Amino acid sequence: MALLQISEPGQAAAPHQRKLAVGIDLGTTNSLVASVRSGQAQTLPDADGEHLLPSVVRYRADAAPVVGAEAREAAATDPRNTISSVKRFMGRGLADICKGCSCTDYDFADSDSSVPRIRTAGGDVSPVEISAEILKSLKQRAEATLGGELAGAVITVPAYFDDAQRQATKDAAQLAGIQVLRLLNEPTAAAVAYGLDHGSEGVHVVYDLGGGTFDISILRLNRGVFEVMATAGNTALGGDDFDRAIAQWLVEQAGIDPQAIGAGQGRAILHEACRAKEQLSEVETVLVSLPLAGGGSWTGHLDRAQLNTLMDPLIRRTLSACRRAMRDAGIDTADVEDVVMVGGSTRSLRVRELVGEFFHCEPKANIDPDKVVAVGAAIQADILVGNKPDDEMLLLDVIPLSLGMETMGGLVEKIIPRNTTIPVARAQDFTTFKDGQTALAVHVVQGERELVDDCRSLARFELRGIPPMVAGAARIRVTFQVDADGLLSVSAREEASGVESAVQVKPSYGLSDDEIAGMLQDSMAHAEGDVAARMLREQQVEAERILESLDAALREDGDILSDEERRKLDAAIADLREAEAGDDARRIKTAIQALNAASTDFAARRMDASIQGAMAGHKIEEFS
Amino acid sequence: MPTTDLSSHYFDLFGLPVCYDVDPQVLAARYRELQRIVHPDKFAGGTDAERRSSVQMAARINEGFRVLKDPLDRARYLLELKGVALDDTSSAVDPAFLMEQMELREAMAEVRDSADPHRALQRVSEDIAARKRQITDNMARLLDEDDEASLQRAQDETRKLQFFRRLEEELDALDEELAGF
Repeated sequence: MALLQISEPGQAAAPHQRKLAVGIDLGTTNSLVASVRSGQAQTLPDADGEHLLPSVVRYRADAAPVVGAEAREAAATDPRNTISSVKRFMGRGLADICKGCSCTDYDFADSDSSVPRIRTAGGDVSPVEISAEILKSLKQRAEATLGGELAGAVITVPAYFDDAQRQATKDAAQLAGIQVLRLLNEPTAAAVAYGLDHGSEGVHVVYDLGGGTFDISILRLNRGVFEVMATAGNTALGGDDFDRAIAQWLVEQAGIDPQAIGAGQGRAILHEACRAKEQLSEVETVLVSLPLAGGGSWTGHLDRAQLNTLMDPLIRRTLSACRRAMRDAGIDTADVEDVVMVGGSTRSLRVRELVGEFFHCEPKANIDPDKVVAVGAAIQADILVGNKPDDEMLLLDVIPLSLGMETMGGLVEKIIPRNTTIPVARAQDFTTFKDGQTALAVHVVQGERELVDDCRSLARFELRGIPPMVAGAARIRVTFQVDADGLLSVSAREEASGVESAVQVKPSYGLSDDEIAGMLQDSMAHAEGDVAARMLREQQVEAERILESLDAALREDGDILSDEERRKLDAAIADLREAEAGDDARRIKTAIQALNAASTDFAARRMDASIQGAMAGHKIEEFS
Repeated sequence: MPTTDLSSHYFDLFGLPVCYDVDPQVLAARYRELQRIVHPDKFAGGTDAERRSSVQMAARINEGFRVLKDPLDRARYLLELKGVALDDTSSAVDPAFLMEQMELREAMAEVRDSADPHRALQRVSEDIAARKRQITDNMARLLDEDDEASLQRAQDETRKLQFFRRLEEELDALDEELAGF
């Protein structure tokens, strides 16, 4: 007997119309992919039933890279080609990496490029490319499990990730062929997973301690609106650092000369430190065994008291960040409803103990701390892709670090303060200082300090095409805009003439558009299958998405356009439909651009109309 | 290039009458309502044009909320709408207020050396908050009129609020220092 398919109320009526969307937690130690199926957000396992994908990539000569558990096994025996915790390198320059003492773990190539590359048996690879391999693996897993092409993904990032780190994540997704619906902050994702479970209104704290990063976010939940009040953290503090501290102590105990430790031996010792740490959550003392250079091993003991001594200084640093976030949010521990634990490192008993003491409450960990972020991301992905048109959930996040501009004397002028709700746009007026000057450079940095050198350089924006005038006559309005992904874009306009400047972005720690295009070409050249077919399919999918979206919009609000405007828009739509049915990818791309331009007016007016409609209702109330 | 209409002012945008007193609950509710309409999350699958409009509009609504929520920013905004630009160079500062400023600065200077700095800082903070309230409680009466005299007084009172804000920022920095950040 055939089973009737009854869809849940509030979902798209016909199941086959549901789009496939996933949430991806691209973690330092482990990555996961999750999706909403039959109304439930669940992580997706691989063929062996494993949900966690170790964020480890092993490169080989003349063979495709290996991702996951298999790669991790090789870490001790093939350390130079097996990259772990690549997240620590995203959006970072070589100088930063060396400061953190990670540059000896791998063979970093000397290069002028701002993007560090690691020499492996499979070639020189950048952190973005390495992360792309992990994402590709998750994408394959999802498409195989869900039985179709992904329409998009929400990818999570630490809340404290700066612009360069976020852009690197987006670049990795692009290389992996994933359409990013949103970059979502990990604590916010966790809040979504918990919030919908319990729905308790008020102020919540999310304490997220992963393998390599720490975030604390303070959120207010009010009728389905998650409002981030403040966030703080450290993108170079996590479980890995506990492991390092433990490893250091063990090496001392064993009398091993730290300078004499080989790469393979070093990785093996770290693994052992990690194992011991995890086991001490279950037992009081563990036996530890370290491999020695000449062969054989040293054995010793590690107990809870010693572990706590090693972990406490690091945990205290996280509590310092908690204090700062609470100040910024203007709250006290008494105002907090609950504290949610996220990230594998929060399984540690000592972490739970000290956090509980600090907030005077028992931290919550009912949802698996490894999975909660991916689950929250999947919930949002389901909504963003359009599967739940009536959903009222709204996520209002913030920028974690102040954005500023370099001014005279190496000082920073803050443009957008930290914890400002995004999207946000602020404008600054500039003028020229030479007659006929047609270009202007703006150096943007991120951070809280007063000197440019103490902040993170994001990029240099070159504004070109300023109409030549007498020095000081031009009034150039530069607008700094941070979007919902937390990414900065800069635009500029000369006010008197109305001329928009062309903006060229030179990221300080990132890939230029050309470099990405180059990587995409390379990856496609090496991939199996027909490159041309893949590019055509990508354009077709994009075209379908836009056409569907516009169709729906016109059905609802087509009447706000005049006959003439409607005619022009319809022509652009017809053009794209025709291009899409063909097999010329470039023609489709051009038609998409033309349609975007043609629909700009409609989009703007439509939004105005919605707003005025909603507010008009209130005005009538007031006067009646 | 045509963009979303940014020429209307924030009171219009939030469907509120152009007056100084704003009910914070109503403002917050309108804010949520507006973001539910324009937020980029509603246009993740939309056209480039929709996404651009959405980011611009959401940013404008966030800014409007920020301005209308804060008593000082709201006062400055209303003065601007009424064609009165507030400059920081206060030409005629009334002597009574000068006294107030000196007293508060003295109190702040004594915080570090006091027996209980945290408590002393709290007292100065509460003092400033009380003085601000006195001004904001009276502001509507001045700002909602359109005559010269009232607007002039509104300007003076707003300048006082600006001074209090600067003091609060210094107090904040002092608090951070005492807390060891």
